Amino acid sequence: MKNTSLLAIFISSVFVNNIILMRFIGLCSFFGVSNKLSSALGMSAAVFFVMTLATVVSWFIYNLVLLPLGLVYLKIIVFILVIASLVQLVELFLKKNMPGLFKALGIYLPLITTNCAILAVAFLIVDYKFNFLQSIIFSSGTALGYTIAIILFSSIRERLELAPLPNAVKGYGIVFITAALMSLSFMGLIGLFGF
Amino acid sequence: MKKILQIFFNGLIKENPVLIMMIGLCPFLACSTTANDAIGMGIAATFVLTCSNIIISVFRKIIPNNIRIPVFIVIIATFTTIVDYLIKAYFPSLSESLGVFIPLIVVNCIILARAEAFASKNNVLYSLIDGLGMGAGFFIAIAVLGIIRQIFGSGTIFNSKEFLQNPAVIMILPPGGFLAAGLVITLVKYIENKFNKRQKVISNLPSLCEGCVLKSKCVGNIKLKG
Repeated sequence: MKNTSLLAIFISSVFVNNIILMRFIGLCSFFGVSNKLSSALGMSAAVFFVMTLATVVSWFIYNLVLLPLGLVYLKIIVFILVIASLVQLVELFLKKNMPGLFKALGIYLPLITTNCAILAVAFLIVDYKFNFLQSIIFSSGTALGYTIAIILFSSIRERLELAPLPNAVKGYGIVFITAALMSLSFMGLIGLFGF
Repeated sequence: MKKILQIFFNGLIKENPVLIMMIGLCPFLACSTTANDAIGMGIAATFVLTCSNIIISVFRKIIPNNIRIPVFIVIIATFTTIVDYLIKAYFPSLSESLGVFIPLIVVNCIILARAEAFASKNNVLYSLIDGLGMGAGFFIAIAVLGIIRQIFGSGTIFNSKEFLQNPAVIMILPPGGFLAAGLVITLVKYIENKFNKRQKVISNLPSLCEGCVLKSKCVGNIKLKG
């Protein structure tokens, strides 16, 4: 990443390097929960919440624990454990203190542990050597990009259900081809801010 | 012997993780821009899958049921770290082009799904075969996609010279990945429909099963806690 001003990082993570359509990360949940608009909304809210929180925690753990102690080779194990326990913690906290929000996010939270988008953001921040503020902007931008992609896609998919299609294309075939067209439109933004 | 073959071909064809069960899609699309990347990713994922299946199956009676998922994740993460450093040491160019997707093997849904659905319930030999079969299924799918995308996208195959004059560059860019994958999946479904007219369709799943990696295995039997 050449341009590291905050605005450039934000725009890049929302549109130019959209995590789903340009980077192919988080596809399982993207195809899994995008068949209804309501479940897409729930999932993206949960992703937004956990991704920002996980970035903060993993940034501190990487820069204050792993790096000074020379334990960088443990980063895969540490990050995945931190995220898994964070999800558990968030689940318990919400259940006790904010039952309304828990009800809305409830079933999507356990699925997030294996959502590669969260872990990928933690690794990308290490790769790009972002400072704390840049990391926050990057993760919230990425989560916003995820939200935009999944909401647009689920609205299209709700219509696809009704479309008359040949048998072989029905189901995942047409879903992938639709994603290709969406990805093509996001590609039009390449070159913005010099990325 | 018959059971062993059955398990192997179950992973390779009948329940092909990518083309039929639709899990492990991220590396399938992201690491298939060239045939070399695709084969590297296929081998790495197969290695992690087989090793973690063996270890989980060895310790399946010791692992407490309540914390099995974190234990599985730690085992998988250990093998992913091994693969990450092996590739960095011996194939630096592959490590460069696969990038963040090598550490992401740890959240590859195929591996956790097989650990949960197969290795934690079966003996070591069967788990080994299941790992190899599922790995082979993933390997074949990603290699086919990689070869298709490289031929049409850059007009080459493996390290050969360019033999297509004006390749369609879009095929090696992200939209081409979705498009090629969509067409391959359509073809597989067409063949499947031809051979298997009376396909069982799982219906009436509870809505919370959507997006679950174990959907095709548990058919809504596993109750969520709370």
